[in-house]
Amino acid sequence: MDNRNIILKAENITVGYGEKDILHGASMEVRKNEIVAIIGPNGAGKSTLLKTIFGLLKPSRGTIFLEHENITGLSPDAIARKGISYVPQVDNIFPSLTVKENLEMGGFIRKEQTAERISEIFRLFPVLEEKKHQRAKELSGGQRQMVAMGRALMLDPDILMLDEPSAGLAPKFVSMIFEKICEINAKGVSIILVEQNAREALTMAHTGYIFVTGKNVLHGIGKELLENPEIGQLYLGG
Amino acid sequence: MLEVIFYGIIYGSIISLGAIGLTLVFGILRFANFFHGDLMAGGAYIAFFLITGPLAWIGLPGEPFGTTSFSIRMIIAFPVALILVAGLSVLIDRIVYKRLRQKGTSSILKAIAALGISFIIRMLIYIIWGPDQIKYFAGARRIAIHLPFQIKVRPDELIIIIIVTVLVTSLHLFLRYSRMGKAMRATADNMDLARISGINTERIIIWTWGIGGALAAAAGILYGINVALNPEMGWSFLLPLFAATILGSIGNMYGALAGGLIIGIAQQVSTLFLKPTYKPAVAFVILILILLFRPQGIFGGKQS
Amino acid sequence: MIDLQGLLSYFTHFAIMAGIYSIFCLGLNIHWGYTGLFNIGIAGFFCIGAYTSALITIPPPTGVYANYVTQVFALNLPFPFGVLGAALVCGIIAFLIGIPTLRLREDYLAIATIGIAETIRLIFHNESWIANGVRGISGIPQPLSSLVDPRNYNFIYLGIVILIMITVYILIERGIRSPWGRVLRAIREDEESASMLGKNIFAFKMQSLIFGAIVMGIGGALFAHYNKSIAPDTFTPLYGTFIIWVMLIVGGSGNSKGAILGGFVIYGLWVLPEFITRYLPVALQSRAPYIRFLIIGIVLELILRYRPRGLMGEEKHVSRLLK
Repeated sequence: MDNRNIILKAENITVGYGEKDILHGASMEVRKNEIVAIIGPNGAGKSTLLKTIFGLLKPSRGTIFLEHENITGLSPDAIARKGISYVPQVDNIFPSLTVKENLEMGGFIRKEQTAERISEIFRLFPVLEEKKHQRAKELSGGQRQMVAMGRALMLDPDILMLDEPSAGLAPKFVSMIFEKICEINAKGVSIILVEQNAREALTMAHTGYIFVTGKNVLHGIGKELLENPEIGQLYLGG
Repeated sequence: MLEVIFYGIIYGSIISLGAIGLTLVFGILRFANFFHGDLMAGGAYIAFFLITGPLAWIGLPGEPFGTTSFSIRMIIAFPVALILVAGLSVLIDRIVYKRLRQKGTSSILKAIAALGISFIIRMLIYIIWGPDQIKYFAGARRIAIHLPFQIKVRPDELIIIIIVTVLVTSLHLFLRYSRMGKAMRATADNMDLARISGINTERIIIWTWGIGGALAAAAGILYGINVALNPEMGWSFLLPLFAATILGSIGNMYGALAGGLIIGIAQQVSTLFLKPTYKPAVAFVILILILLFRPQGIFGGKQS
Repeated sequence: MIDLQGLLSYFTHFAIMAGIYSIFCLGLNIHWGYTGLFNIGIAGFFCIGAYTSALITIPPPTGVYANYVTQVFALNLPFPFGVLGAALVCGIIAFLIGIPTLRLREDYLAIATIGIAETIRLIFHNESWIANGVRGISGIPQPLSSLVDPRNYNFIYLGIVILIMITVYILIERGIRSPWGRVLRAIREDEESASMLGKNIFAFKMQSLIFGAIVMGIGGALFAHYNKSIAPDTFTPLYGTFIIWVMLIVGGSGNSKGAILGGFVIYGLWVLPEFITRYLPVALQSRAPYIRFLIIGIVLELILRYRPRGLMGEEKHVSRLLK
């Protein structure tokens, strides 16, 4: 595979909670403008990798490079300032703030042009504009996911990390969210996507990683992974 | 009865000021701050010190205006005491809580540390000013204005209500519309997500302590003006403060405002058929009833 | 010249008070150290225990004195009945308190227990028909006092306190090493998984609350008979609750030996400045007790900051039920 344009690189990450390691030497690369899907069974450490990249967990071994700069161990707000945004799987909105306030908080550290960026988000998710003065906790699951993604996009990130954005959503929202992810990617944002919905994720992704018990066991072009019969059987449910 | 309710509102508005600060700190820092009442007492005594100390030395007149308790010294001491107590709260956070946060100390140990700080503040008050009750102005200022419904009100009480209204309204505007205020609400809602959004939550915590401390000082001074100062006042406010906070749902400023008024009125009304010394027990009984039947408070709010 | 006699009697007094406080500490250790119950209303049990034992053992007032004293009863029974009564009443009160509060969040339990202690104090303060109101009860009898010269009585009382302290210690150690005790610690560590194992959390917490309260009631009774007079204002949050928490945290919660050690160390720290404050300027001397409490408060903050597990730390117990 082509090694040019790598903007984010995680090498040999070992990390865990307390004494128990979740990841044992996992690695991953993200190229400019690509969608990277990470799939694998529960407990394989997919979300843990995102948290580690974002500085929420400190790896005991391994390094993370952003454009050749070592960002291992930086605090989340420092990493946010460097252009990475992260949408956790749960608790990813400010429930008692309005939709608009949620977006404003997303752009807290980019003070200028907040209004322009908010209207850009509203163009991406028109339904949010109608509900901009409603509290986020009053929205439906799909709309909350849009608020969560909108909040992350307010940082104007180069890389957007999404942790299972389709989890728990109604089917019509699932395909809509995936469409939006492609739309965001088309604007030049690289995307790291952790998904249970492996088939859809790999269809859309340029590169796929398969994680098993704390390691990346396979990676390749998304569609090729999909067609690999072994993977199909093991991780995609036949 | 109406008169009793009116006094309850005055007393309750003082509880509200304290409870709003308590609920902000509770909402963001997630532990029961047992020294919040003592910050009230601290503010009241610092104002007393300013009035009788520095402001007297520089020769400002101590004579109150008209039939109020407000002199030029008090008008200066009030905001200065607010700032000093805000600073004190931030200092306590920097010395004690910053480290406990970094170590991931449980909220219970933080509450115990708060209990310790509460006693330290109280003992300092005892050591410096002694155990006796103190008044800002010795003279009797009991000349009342007659309002409809046979309510008699002292000018001081009107001023107290005006000050509370101004403070609560400014806080409301700050939290609703300012960038820092919104970030404070966001942090109270979801501190992890605030950090993920790049918000410097340590700065938010400092603002929270500062605002909470300043409001506590205001409440303490107003209570001192209305009644008197004594070293135990902080402790005696503890149950009403927590009752108001939990009644109004933790983290909810408007809930704390309403909760404070409800507790104040209930305590005042209880004096019609109970000894006034039972007032703290009235707050406690209300607290137990809320905990039994609606532990999330009457304003919904989050349960965590 | 060192006054040996005086020194000895001073140390006896010290050991009695520290021993009584150690018993409170052992009781709190059951609540907090082993179960994680956040009780800041120790003063309430202290007060109830002291009053119950006093009312059970005191003879009915006679003569002119009777005109000045009101109390709900005066049974004139021997000391053991007083202690047992104190334990029983505290157990019942704990049960009643536990019903509404034990299902609450920990910090809510704390606030509720503060309220209970304050309310109990207010009741004894205001309702003079129960136990003579603000003036309190005096002339509480001392066990075995006819045996020795009053000057040497404290040696006997020290024996009683030590005996009870050791008994309580052994009972707690037995309990905590039993399967029952392991469930308590499992609840403290992780309530959810303990309940998933099918343990009735509420029942276990209730038993722990009652057990600890009984121990505190006994402590209260011992205090009443030593002090011979009690009044509601003895049982303030400072003297009745806070200092005991500091003792347990300094000694090491979750460790009965630590609880006793903390009781003695902090009581020592509490009385030691008495010698120093004598040399303070007269103006400050009347405020010496506050200075002593200030020191205790600062010690607590230092321990929490630098040695949160206390002097002894938690004792490791064999075989955890969970994990």
